[in-house]
This record gives sequence, C-alpha cells and structure tokens, in this order.
Amino acid sequence: MQFGIFTVGDVTTNPTTGRTPTEHERIKDILTIAQKVEEVGLDVFATGEHHNPPFIPSSPTTLLGYIAARTERIILSTSTTLITTSDPVKIAEDFATLQHISDGRVDVMMGRGNTGPVYPWFGKDIRQGIPLALENYNLLRRLWREEFVDWEGQFRTPLQGFQSTPRPLDDIPPFVWHGSIRSPEIAEQAAYYGDGFFANNIFWPKEHYMQLIRLYRQRFEHYGHGTADQAIVGLGGQAFMRKNSQDAVNEFRPYFDNAPVYGHGPSLEDFTAQTPLTVGSPQQVIDRYASMREYFGDYQRQLFLVDHAGLPLSTVLEQLDILGGEVVPALRKEFATNRPAHVPDAPTHASLLAQRAASDAAHADASHVASAESNDLTPETAQAGN
Amino acid sequence: MTTRKLAVISAGLSQPSSTRLLADRLAEAAVERLKMQDIEVQVDVIELRDVAQDVTNNLLLGFPSPKLNAVIEKVTGADGLIAVTPIFTTSYSGLFKSFFDILDTQALVAMPVLLGATGGTERHSLALDYAMRPMFTYLHAVAVPTSVFAASADWGSGGAGVKALSDRIVRGASELAELVAASDRSGLVRDPFALDSSFSPVGGFGAQ
Repeated sequence: MQFGIFTVGDVTTNPTTGRTPTEHERIKDILTIAQKVEEVGLDVFATGEHHNPPFIPSSPTTLLGYIAARTERIILSTSTTLITTSDPVKIAEDFATLQHISDGRVDVMMGRGNTGPVYPWFGKDIRQGIPLALENYNLLRRLWREEFVDWEGQFRTPLQGFQSTPRPLDDIPPFVWHGSIRSPEIAEQAAYYGDGFFANNIFWPKEHYMQLIRLYRQRFEHYGHGTADQAIVGLGGQAFMRKNSQDAVNEFRPYFDNAPVYGHGPSLEDFTAQTPLTVGSPQQVIDRYASMREYFGDYQRQLFLVDHAGLPLSTVLEQLDILGGEVVPALRKEFATNRPAHVPDAPTHASLLAQRAASDAAHADASHVASAESNDLTPETAQAGN
Repeated sequence: MTTRKLAVISAGLSQPSSTRLLADRLAEAAVERLKMQDIEVQVDVIELRDVAQDVTNNLLLGFPSPKLNAVIEKVTGADGLIAVTPIFTTSYSGLFKSFFDILDTQALVAMPVLLGATGGTERHSLALDYAMRPMFTYLHAVAVPTSVFAASADWGSGGAGVKALSDRIVRGASELAELVAASDRSGLVRDPFALDSSFSPVGGFGAQ
C-alpha cells in the first residue's frame, strides 16, 4: 500500500491573513513540501497540471525533475497529466526522460483537466474530450512500447517510423493510472489496458466513487487482467489534523469557508459528513480512512490533499509530520491486516522489471522444455511432423 | 390495480403560498382523472423552499446532499411531473430554475409535464409559454398543451372572458393524466454507466 500527497498547485489567499503568496513562493513551497513527503516516510508525491491562474504547475516534469534530484525514495507522479490537450509524443518523451533522471521513480495519472478553455488554448475541441483521451493514450502506449511507430489518427499529424526518445528506462514504460470524477468511459479504458484507476474522492460523496470503482473492477476482470479484487485502485482524500479535534475544526474552518471549491457553500460539518474530508484528531483520520477498504475493497494507493485553500507552508509541513509520524504508520498496519495475499501492490519500476525477468525466465524454461520434448519424438511422429 | 408515480414541484416561497395551492389543485385533478381509469397514484409533493440551501450548495459543489438527492430521485423517477412556479421579474423564479439546472440534462427525457404558474396579475401569464415551456422542451420533456396560470384574481371571480380557473385546471390535468397513464418511466432501470455502442477503449476512427 502506497501513501502520499497530491497537490492541485493553486495559489490561494490565506483567508486568516489576507496574504496571497507569489507564484515564485508557491512553486518553491511545493518543492519543499515534496521533499518533506520523503522525509516523513510517505511514498508518493503527485502534482496537478494547469495552464491558467491561480495555478502554477503548467510544467509538471520540470517540478518533478527537481524533486527527483532532491529525493531518493519517493515515487513522482501526476494528478493529472492532460492526455487530451498535450501531445502524446511530448508526454512520452517528458516522462521517459524523468524515468532516467529519477532511476525509475515515476508513474503518471492521465486526466482530462478541469477547465473548458484549456481545449481551445491547445487547439482542441472540448466536445472531443473523451475521444481525445482514448486516441492520445493509445498512441502514448505505442510510443513507449514500440521502437518505431507508424500511426494515423483523428487528432494528430500522422507519424511514419517515428521513434520517441529517450526510450523508457529499461524499456519499461511508466505505470499509468487514469483519473476520473464521473466518466465511465475512463473506467472502461483503464480496465481495458489493465492500468490503474484513481478516484479523486475528495469533492463528491464516496458512494459515487464506489460505483465507479466497482465498474472498473468488474471490467478489469472482464478484460482478463485478473480478478476484480486484483485491479489497481487509488483514492484521493483530504484531512486536517490537530492533537485535539476541536482545535483542528477551529483552525481549519476559515480555510474551509473560503476555499475555492467548496467555500461559501455547505457548512464544514455537512461537507465532512458527506465527503471523505476529515477534520479532527489523528485518530479520527485513521478511523475514517481505515474504513475506506470496506467501501472500495483493498486498494493500492491513498493520496491526501494537504496544501490548498491558502494554508501556510508551516501548517502544511506540520500536517505532513502528523501524517507521516502518526496516521500513515497506523493505516499501514490497518490495511495490512487481513489483506488477501492475491491482492497485488501498485506496480513500480522495480516490480515491473522483476516481473519481466520472471516472465523471460519462464519463457526460456518453456522453450527449453519444448526442445527437450521435440527430442523425445518417435521417428514416426518426427516424420509426420516433417 | 395499476399504480403510477406523480411528482409535484412547488417553487412558492411564502407559507402558505398560492403556488402550492395551485400545485395541489392540479395534483388533485390529475389523481382524480387517473382514478377514473382505475390507476392508483402515489403523489410526492416537493416544496423547493425546503431544499433551497441544498440546491445552492449543489450549484457550488456539483453534487447533491442526501436530502436533495432523495428529492431528485422522486422527481426524475416519476411517471409524470406537475411543475409550478411563481413568476418573478418576467420569468420563473431563480429557485425553480436552479433546481432544474442541477438535474442531469437527460433526466427528464420523455417526462410528461403539466406547467403551472402564479402571479399578481394575469399580465404575466405568457411567461409560461415563452420561458417555462422552452426550458422543458430543451430537456426533452413532454409538456402538455394546456398550462395553467393563476393570477390573484383567479382565486375569486377570474377575469372577464376567461374560463374559470377550475376549468383550466381540469383541462390541463386531463391532458397530463392521459400521458401519465401510458408512462412506464417509474419502472425503468437506468444504467448510469451505459456506454454508446460505438465506444471503443482504444479510440475510434481508424487510429492505429
């Protein structure tokens, strides 16, 4: 089970001070936060991708390249990479480069973006969002898996004998997740390829995501990648913690009440009841998130949103101390209890490499056995074989 | 005995409200009509005022509270709908429109609807046809030809040369009852994840 954080990368005014960080400060803060993720013992840092203010991560692999150099262990990921409006050729090359820089500590989450105008900004049509995601991703997979690609599609210039460069590290493409808030097409796509499926799980009630993940698991099995409970599931989450529950509520309330997404709407109490947002003591967060497997089945990755709504850097770092020091160790224990042995971990570069070595070895054994068998042929059957 | 589900929406704000009064009268008339055809009717009356905050929150968040979700399911899963709003500033009230704004755009396809509205004077009555009816047309609901407007005076003697309110109510309710009797909407099972038959997970259109 992997634990980590995902950032939207918003620049938001701190409602308690009225101060808005500069873009420069926010970018530097995110780099600090990512290094803290490794320091406190979490496993994954993922950044969003946006091309409009008030967001800063328009160039995710630049951010992740820096973080790769400053860390040794954590997996660098995205939440999400815009498979609709970015050229799949550039995605293939950017993330293959990042694999080499980070020695394979990379995976990618595909998504379709959260703002309509991003499509025309990149010369695309929002009404083609799903077809773009399907076609572009299909090309991306081929660019990573085939040395030379001949390709023709609806949305991009054809390619003849194109070789994306550099090749993926050890010829193992980054593992891919597909993120979706509501589209069954994306669950189907993830299931078809046997890729991971990530449910944002922070802005809507969990019941909605339970349905979507059940669909993904069923289709994963249908396409022959394993049983439904072996599908690779990731979940988002959101928490704010202090030692005393009431302190957490009091401190977080002004941030909640003014947050860009849900501010000026429901009360903190209603929203925490209706969505996985948990504001309280570390134990409350442990209890809430330990229960997620009852709703979604045993899953592979849990990412928390911690740096948003204008929370100052110092507070975010304190939250990470609590997450890494108290919450995640307890959750690791909870999730390991009674986890069936046939439920896999999320694939990593190392595990995919080992898997390929094992399958190569099995293949070599099989051909060895086959040639041994051919030696056992009686002259008659050998003749018949001729 | 056959049963049908009828949802009744009132966007009246005061309590008691003439909008609710009209909604109730329309519902009673429809139920009576359907009873004559041996159809039992389960009526769910929804006062949008009761979920006004939930509707606003849904606009902000993109998902309904459990309370609002129950209301949405009653409306979208009905065999027929009676929708009544006060006319404010030349059109339906903002609350009425907001409720329909949060529904899935496919949720009311083929829904038989009887439109009703209330206002201070009958001068506002055309709002039914230039504002309310196009909205239901956009949603592909089936609005019956007669819509019922009740001005303050209608609750008394009515205007000169106009059929009495009760006559208009019976006419609209009869038109609705006929469609509700034939509707099987409440028995349909919906698959929220159904994909187009043309869907292909690798992308369409010759990409290769």
